[in-house]
Amino acid sequence: MLSFVAQRIVKGVIVLFAIIVLNFFLIRLAPGDPAVVMAGEAGASDPLFVAQLREKFSLDRPLPEQLFKYVKGVASLDLGFSFRQQEPVAKLIAERLPATLLLTLTAFAISLALGILFGTLAARFAGTWADSAITVAALIFYATPIFWIALMSILLFSVTLGWLPSFGYDTVGGNYKGLAYVADVAAHLVMPAMTIGLFFMATYTRMTRASMLEVKRLDFVKTARSKGLRDNVIQRRHVLRNALLPVVTLAGVHSGTLIGGAVITETVFAWPGIGRLMYEALLQRDYNLLLGVFVVCSAMVLIFNLVTDLVYRLVDPRIEFAS
Amino acid sequence: MKQFWKQMLRNPGGMIGLVILSVAILIALVGPSIFPNSPWRMVQRPFLPPFTLSTVPLGTDALGRDVFAGVIYGARVSLLVGLVSTLVALIVGVPLGALAGYFGGRVDDALMRFTEFFQTIPSFALAIVLVAILQPSIYSIVAAIGIVSWPPVARLVRAEVLSLRTREYVQAAIVTGQSNSWIIWREILPNALSPVIVLASLMVATAILLESSLSFLGLGDPNLISWGYMVGAGRTVIRQAWWITVFPGLAILLSVLAMNLVGEGLNDALNPRLARDGR
Repeated sequence: MLSFVAQRIVKGVIVLFAIIVLNFFLIRLAPGDPAVVMAGEAGASDPLFVAQLREKFSLDRPLPEQLFKYVKGVASLDLGFSFRQQEPVAKLIAERLPATLLLTLTAFAISLALGILFGTLAARFAGTWADSAITVAALIFYATPIFWIALMSILLFSVTLGWLPSFGYDTVGGNYKGLAYVADVAAHLVMPAMTIGLFFMATYTRMTRASMLEVKRLDFVKTARSKGLRDNVIQRRHVLRNALLPVVTLAGVHSGTLIGGAVITETVFAWPGIGRLMYEALLQRDYNLLLGVFVVCSAMVLIFNLVTDLVYRLVDPRIEFAS
Repeated sequence: MKQFWKQMLRNPGGMIGLVILSVAILIALVGPSIFPNSPWRMVQRPFLPPFTLSTVPLGTDALGRDVFAGVIYGARVSLLVGLVSTLVALIVGVPLGALAGYFGGRVDDALMRFTEFFQTIPSFALAIVLVAILQPSIYSIVAAIGIVSWPPVARLVRAEVLSLRTREYVQAAIVTGQSNSWIIWREILPNALSPVIVLASLMVATAILLESSLSFLGLGDPNLISWGYMVGAGRTVIRQAWWITVFPGLAILLSVLAMNLVGEGLNDALNPRLARDGR
């Protein structure tokens, strides 16, 4: 178990290193001299300043040396400097990270719970109108762009019904304390989390349904039935438990898409997370910040994959911890 | 082939998808010549609600541009980007997967680590970074979507090749001294085609979603109107003018849905064994 975890962590670190190297070369892909671009970002482009920048960021050094310096910097959590926001990139990201974690984890929990619930229901009543309704709804949500779900829910719940706030993390100038503040944030969280959640809910519903129908036909289910177990027990203990394995795998694979969803959703709802930060960096062509967010997103996905991998092995004792 | 159409016709979802998709393709091909109103031209007063004037049936946007014309012209970009970027993903993924599956050993290890690496990177974030750095244009969008979507192709082709290469007819070809490339292209890949076609059709749907998301964030080709761009432009005025965001969004939803339905129909028709297993 321990050696397995250690092995996975080492593998994760190698991948992260590769991502950092990729990032380094992506910066150099940007059109134009990086020093000139940076000078432009800072709003000044006289030759002296450009030369200064070139020296400061070792752009006058050979490429391998630049790469070494860059990797060393990232390893010590130095992601560069955002000239637009006049702050270190790492600091900007650290400020925004908690909001994104709150949003994505809530969305993930909602989508997994509801997806498994609806998928189980659809499989349980396969062939009936309930199954058809769930299947069609899942098909539609699976095909709807996240930004459009976001805008349509604003139209419905904020503009027409006036139930939920349409932007931000909390009410500006609300001055809520304690539980009232939690309730305020929760009200702001509902729509963005559901927006990301719906797409994934559709995916998990389809997966759970297909997987349950497949497990249902297996021999051990017949055995359980022939020994006289009640249907509910069979569904819960035998079918669902086995059917969930591919769903957990899929959830791990999807963590990258979850981050992508956060970029869009945070942009629409003005949610102060790193997705929104990425959009701001994009608008201002702030490449340092953009690539910093990209590295952090990749690291988050790596960690998430590691966790689902461990959960997978805990859920299914048949899989050994050896490599 | 006859069998294939029989299977396809029996699948109601697949047929609905095929009909919607055909309409979308038709609009993309001939729409702009039937409705020559440029989607960039101001034709009426801004914020004209839909269904008030028959010349601008879906109303106008914040600059008085025809929303209907935008929806018609946007079909081109969405379908084109969806198809071409999937093609790019196939061009990268099929050879890589075939090489890994056919040669096995170290080649397989190296190629699969490479594939896994690309699969770990959050795809939408990478697509954003790529398009932003290469500057938004139809080429950079197609390249970015292709680059982030080839790994599943490589993995699928590898698995198929891995199982096909132990078949007797492949062994026979090896014994008769055929070259490796001949065996891969002529003997193995044609037999691995149907699952790749199914995956490709589902990938077109994902590519359309990706393109619209990029355009929504303002990373679309500035010279071409696209559905994602229209929704993004209408976002800030959604309280006054719902129609600017609703209609192009519906167009995206319908084409992606159609593509997914066609993909599932193809899956049932081309892989009857799998389809039966699913039931």
